[in-house]
Amino acid sequence: MHPPVDNSKNLFLDAVSLDTAHGLYGLMAEFVEPHDLLHAAEAAHAKGYRRMDGYSPMPIEGLSEALGFKKSKLPLLVLIGGIIGGIGGYAFQYWVNVIDYPLNIGGRPDHSWPAFIPVTFELTILCASLTAVLGMLAMNGLPMPYHPVFNLPEFSLASQDRFFLCIEARDPLFKLDETQSFMETLGAVKVSSVQW
Amino acid sequence: MSQHDKDTEERSNGPSQDILGAGHTFSTVTDKISSIVLTRGTSRGWWVGFLIGFALMMMMIYSIMVLLVKGVGIWGINIPVAWGFAIINFVWWIGIGHAGTLISAVLLLLNQPWRTSINRFAEAMTLFAVACAGLYPLLHLGRIYLFYWLTPYPNTMGMWPQFRSALVWDVFAVSTYSLVSLMFWYVGLIPDLATLRDRSTHRVGRTVYGLMAMGWRGSAIHWHRYHTAYLLLAGLATPLVVSVHTIVGFDFATSVIPGWHVTIFPPYFVAGAIYSGFAMVLTLAIPLRAAYGLQDFITDRHLDNMAKVMLATGLMVAYGYAMEVFFGWYSASTYEEYLVRNRAFGPYAPAYWSLILCNVIVPQFLWSRRIRTTPVLLFIIAIIANIGMWLERFVIVVTSLHRDFLPSSWGMYYPTRWDWMLYIGTIGLFLTLLFLFIRFLPVISIFEMRELVEQLDEQADQERLAAAGAASAADGSKH
Repeated sequence: MHPPVDNSKNLFLDAVSLDTAHGLYGLMAEFVEPHDLLHAAEAAHAKGYRRMDGYSPMPIEGLSEALGFKKSKLPLLVLIGGIIGGIGGYAFQYWVNVIDYPLNIGGRPDHSWPAFIPVTFELTILCASLTAVLGMLAMNGLPMPYHPVFNLPEFSLASQDRFFLCIEARDPLFKLDETQSFMETLGAVKVSSVQW
Repeated sequence: MSQHDKDTEERSNGPSQDILGAGHTFSTVTDKISSIVLTRGTSRGWWVGFLIGFALMMMMIYSIMVLLVKGVGIWGINIPVAWGFAIINFVWWIGIGHAGTLISAVLLLLNQPWRTSINRFAEAMTLFAVACAGLYPLLHLGRIYLFYWLTPYPNTMGMWPQFRSALVWDVFAVSTYSLVSLMFWYVGLIPDLATLRDRSTHRVGRTVYGLMAMGWRGSAIHWHRYHTAYLLLAGLATPLVVSVHTIVGFDFATSVIPGWHVTIFPPYFVAGAIYSGFAMVLTLAIPLRAAYGLQDFITDRHLDNMAKVMLATGLMVAYGYAMEVFFGWYSASTYEEYLVRNRAFGPYAPAYWSLILCNVIVPQFLWSRRIRTTPVLLFIIAIIANIGMWLERFVIVVTSLHRDFLPSSWGMYYPTRWDWMLYIGTIGLFLTLLFLFIRFLPVISIFEMRELVEQLDEQADQERLAAAGAASAADGSKH
């Protein structure tokens, strides 16, 4: 027997949800214009909701800040990646040419630093870029093939022309009826429940 | 009407100045671009183009097989000209690749909204051109099965690559460039792959695009990091793109061969790369927008802007040619002087003068706005520029090597049919990859087009407000 879960709004889920025991993931409001989503996010944040996320087919300036997201650590990581690449690249060439296998090339010094710059430069860029891409994916938790928001059939429009705000059930202020009526005041086209 | 009035009128009336056709919304740009992949099917023109490319690629594979069996002796290279087509084509392809990164990264940082509709396929072009370029040094090794000796790895011989050699710098520059271009391209594709995943009605399409999109759901927090990463990548790719052709220039400039041992090579190679890259983007964009009816997205304004970049970099290249001649005289070195004379009047003089025609004289037509906005003429000029840049590399590589210091070791270089087959074959590889890309991936960045729609909407709103404000102010002053 399944525990009693409010699935009445979403028949589609009966067939696909992996574990209905988790119940409700959150409430999802759908908007037509990007600025509607932005205003809704600001209102929800002002109301005290924190466990929420906006979904949009393109980046919207100020949305993540409106949702309470402070600052990404990514630039710092990329800087560290670049420094590691640069120092590592130079140190490696130094070790090869001065310590491990010194080779006299036309009487030039073993430590001929100008000749080491191109490879050092390239490795700096390479390590910084790898950190930027892999760091972005890792911090975003991608690849992630399953996520409850995909259970909502309309959510496929989030990659096309619709804008969504999801307040998650784990938010301490979340109460199904109250949150639903609050979200309906935000100018959404539709508010639906999202199941696990 | 004065010339100035005429210009401004043309600009305000002509739709040619827009970077996006009128009346587009989030849905229409999404529909139009994704329909090329998802609903329009495979046209006969696509098949013709793909099969031509594929046949040429088969020819490339054949010529590579023969090369691997018989060795590089089947090419026209020998002493004194040991570089030949392999290096000419390597430099040519790498140069073509530069426009992609330039459009994606540099124009992004310079906040040029017109890049949006051309960056995706310019990046794809970069990747494919770098793939073609990468083949040549490997095949030129002769012992291709030992290519991994180029990388520093601990080995039983106890040896390391020679880090003082420009050729080792090249290995690092080109492999970094291809990896960073690939990452930049793929990161740009992720949100569009999610769009294709959500729009595809076919099981296979949903699965493959779904896997490639990695579960992208457009979360605001994700977008935030995504945007940060994208900007950082652009910032990193900008010095990278300059460094790559600089290092290719070093391959020549760090030698002592007359005509190569000049300080202008690195910057003049970079300018030439951008020139040839933009020429290739035009060569591809003009037929593409005609075939798929993308005139709303790739407008005359885009063609105009790209032609201007071509003109500017073409002038820099022309300056480079002038400086080469000047250095020949100013060096007071017999060998340098002879090189200049030999280029202009020696056995390869036809190649030299054709290159001057293609890269110095023909681009001057781009001063005319009418020519810049006539796609057919622009296409012809772009093709000529591609040929000109190939000739430039031919002249640089061959004329310097074939007669250097000792007349007793002078010689002539003639490409063989295997040289030509490999060269035309890599064009086939390029076309094959390009046609597959056009068929299976969005040729224009959909999410950036949505951003552009939003941005232009906001601009229009502001202008309307400002106009209304001005009108009411004028009203007020009347009373």
